[in-house]
Amino acid sequence: MSDDRVAAAFARARSEERAALVAYLTAYDGGPEHSLACVRAAIDAGADVIELGIPFSDPSADGPAICAAMVRARAHGATVDRVLELLATLRRSHDAAVVLFGYANPMLHKGGEAFAAAAAQAGADGVLVVDAPPESAGPLREPARAHGLHWIPLVAPTTTAERRTLITAGGSGFVYAITLAGVTGAALQEQGSAADATLRAQLEATRAVTSLPVAAGFGVRRRTQVVRLAALADGVVVGTALVEAAQRGPRAVTELVHELREGCLR
Amino acid sequence: MIFVDVDGDRRGHRPGGVSRDRVHRLRGLNHAAAAVVPLHASLQAANAVTTTPDDALPREGNFGRFGGRWVAETLMPAVVELERAWDEARADPSFVAAIDTTLRQWAGRPSALSPALRLAAKLGTRARLWLKREDCNHTGSHKINNCVGQVLLAQRMGKTRIIAETGAGQHGVATATVCAYVGLPCVVYMGAVDVERQQLNVLRMRMLGAEVVPVTAGSATLKDAINEALRDWVAHPVDTHYVIGSVMGPHPYPTMVRELQRVIGREAKAQLHAAVGKLPDAVVACVGGGSNAMGIFADFVADPEVALFGVEAAGAGLDGLHAATMARGSEGVYHGMRSRVLQDDDGQLQEAHSISAGLDYPGVGPEHAWLHETGRARYLSVDDDGALAAVTTLARTEGILPALESAHAIAALPEVLALLGYDRDRGEGRDVLINVSGRGDKDMHTIAARMQEPTP
Repeated sequence: MSDDRVAAAFARARSEERAALVAYLTAYDGGPEHSLACVRAAIDAGADVIELGIPFSDPSADGPAICAAMVRARAHGATVDRVLELLATLRRSHDAAVVLFGYANPMLHKGGEAFAAAAAQAGADGVLVVDAPPESAGPLREPARAHGLHWIPLVAPTTTAERRTLITAGGSGFVYAITLAGVTGAALQEQGSAADATLRAQLEATRAVTSLPVAAGFGVRRRTQVVRLAALADGVVVGTALVEAAQRGPRAVTELVHELREGCLR
Repeated sequence: MIFVDVDGDRRGHRPGGVSRDRVHRLRGLNHAAAAVVPLHASLQAANAVTTTPDDALPREGNFGRFGGRWVAETLMPAVVELERAWDEARADPSFVAAIDTTLRQWAGRPSALSPALRLAAKLGTRARLWLKREDCNHTGSHKINNCVGQVLLAQRMGKTRIIAETGAGQHGVATATVCAYVGLPCVVYMGAVDVERQQLNVLRMRMLGAEVVPVTAGSATLKDAINEALRDWVAHPVDTHYVIGSVMGPHPYPTMVRELQRVIGREAKAQLHAAVGKLPDAVVACVGGGSNAMGIFADFVADPEVALFGVEAAGAGLDGLHAATMARGSEGVYHGMRSRVLQDDDGQLQEAHSISAGLDYPGVGPEHAWLHETGRARYLSVDDDGALAAVTTLARTEGILPALESAHAIAALPEVLALLGYDRDRGEGRDVLINVSGRGDKDMHTIAARMQEPTP
């Protein structure tokens, strides 16, 4: 797809001999203007792909920082439709790849078809749903595909070989490899540890079953960690640290993205 | 012959009064009901072809379009492993016998079936009311049945750590108790609000060696405790078993918990058969997540002549804060399953309210959503005041202080009897089975605080 922003983002990063930086931010955190300013700051500072979080009342796979961001965002009036409006506004000024990140219920409540149509209309490039494993995902995945959206699959450290094939076969855009068993914001294992070897094995096994780019995330906060993962994966996902920076404002987001982006160079 | 007034006064015969002879005769029948189908038969029967809704459908643990698995990928291997282990275990006679023995030797099964003659008289019905006495179980509720099964399964799977969440504290206490019995470490997540209103149960869990973790997120009640337990499980999917306390969550939990609770209805069926030689005409149970109700319903679902009634919490009223998932909820995906939930126009979960911490949950087990949709079971709702009044009613007519959860089922009886047409003049020879899911000791603080509130 020549107009595939996600593929273009990973291709560009590859040609520059670096991993792509995938930046997660919770939409509406701090209110719509603040949130939009932070997303723009992340793109301007060099984030290749934005994961735009749709707030949910019960984010059971997220850690305290992102849970709190979702509470703040909802206090500012965040709804699925308003997040899509925010994305449409962003599209008037920015052309970066944007993937919607969230939980199944708000999307299903709007309706799988209605959600996919609205997301595509707003300018989304893909959808990533935390609690929709491939066996269940149909009602969201099929409409998303029909509207030209990527369905971003997730593989976990606990994922078996059999499931890895099933998961990656149903996805497109890139594969999100969760680097640790835990919620977002937990600490990544130390380099050289047994867990680190497991992580390497997990990424290698994932790359062996798919030609999609593989982005690794969960627990990545600092440049040094980005450097490690950049050597192993096509992309590095940073969430919690960016959400914390966004609370300090767009300038803090810019600074952090600059720092992380340097770490992406191989 | 002396006739006993419903309030215990000897004022002679009144319509709806009941003879003491009849009380003794019917209550005596209970002693003859000791012959009970062995517990293991109930588990093994579950492997045979039955007509429960899920058996007619694909293997993914669906009840119609309800159920399924909606969890983070990190947990998928754990729930798949659990499903396999459960399927193997329940086909293994030695495992089934271990549950059976533990329930009998340690947890106090079978529980009694008590005829409620004075309650029937008070309600003005000629129907016979039968109370299935899960309040008599070790730790005071039906929760122990499921915990014995799941903790023994976890042990068999080689898990070294148990986590659970609790609302009222009954499930937490039951899990902590079984963990102490088998020697496994136990962490219980509990909403901070529930920690406050169920202090006695918090103390019990800590005495049993469990770690109780108060959860302050969200509404600080059961749903938030479940989120926190899910987060713990996501972080420890290999060594930890999560003992879900109701017929909810991702497959296989809804069916597994139902099968572990099926003992309630299985025993009641045999006990009633021994007493009156027939099936009940109706079965009534309270519904939060719905485990005691599925436990007592399960053996009657395939008997169409038995009417099933679930009773949910209307809290402060159906137009105020409540936990009435059937009356006011809609279809949604939550806590690993597709079921009915309380949600707003944006698909965000709403806070539930009930005076009973155990019913204070914005979701319900998927099999209940299915029984509701197919009309096989009918769901009623009772508000906080109704439940409070029913505690006193049952205490003074039958000498049983029920949990506030169970009181919802008692409070719904006038409506149930009216729907069935079992008034003073009819209902003779009809039998209504009610699950008293737990005892009320844990709720005494809540009840006392409410009763001291000045009337507006």
